[in-house]
Amino acid sequence: MRILVQSERFDFGAEANEFASGHKDMGAIVTFTGIVRDLAQGDLDRMVIEHYPGMTQKALEKIAAEAKTRWSLGDVLVIHRYGDLGPGEMIMMVATASPHRKDAFEAAEYLMDYLKSRAPFWKKEITDSGADWVAAKDADEDALKRW
Amino acid sequence: MDVLYFAWVRERIGVPKEAVTTQAATVAELVEELKAREERYAMAFADLSALRVAVDQELADFDAPLKDVREVAFFPPMTGG
Repeated sequence: MRILVQSERFDFGAEANEFASGHKDMGAIVTFTGIVRDLAQGDLDRMVIEHYPGMTQKALEKIAAEAKTRWSLGDVLVIHRYGDLGPGEMIMMVATASPHRKDAFEAAEYLMDYLKSRAPFWKKEITDSGADWVAAKDADEDALKRW
Repeated sequence: MDVLYFAWVRERIGVPKEAVTTQAATVAELVEELKAREERYAMAFADLSALRVAVDQELADFDAPLKDVREVAFFPPMTGG
């Protein structure tokens, strides 16, 4: 299990390759990558991601550990950035390794659902006309109920 | 104990962290003490349904006890991912 909270960019290809290597007993690797999406008006200058340094790592480790108890997982990778990110930049990635794809897919979705609303990150969108905190969606909270 | 604020809660209160001496038995009691301090606290804590709390860096409820607690953090619902 590898959990990284960092401001620096990460190399998705290199991370995915490294994660997928050396697991001879794992038949399935699933990766998900989250990207800073521009606003509908196309005027997003940047996104600022704030986090709770003392808690973030522990919260992510707890979510990943819970995933490992629910599914047959050989390994889990979570990388989540904070700080200033421009449109199109990668915010985060998760990767799961499992003997079979169903577990790898479901665990990746579980990780995403939980780290969306249970990991202490907050997004703020900055445009020329101002700055707005991104509001959590009811759908994000509802998504947890299926697990 | 240390009280931390994040995102718009931090902006509304104007500091990211402060040391608070309190006899409050629960998070809810602490919130009432803070609200009574100044308008900026009253505004930040006006709608508790819009807030989340962590006690010693674990998500908690507003009725969580504060005995032996070292750190309480208030913030809006998280938007990771």
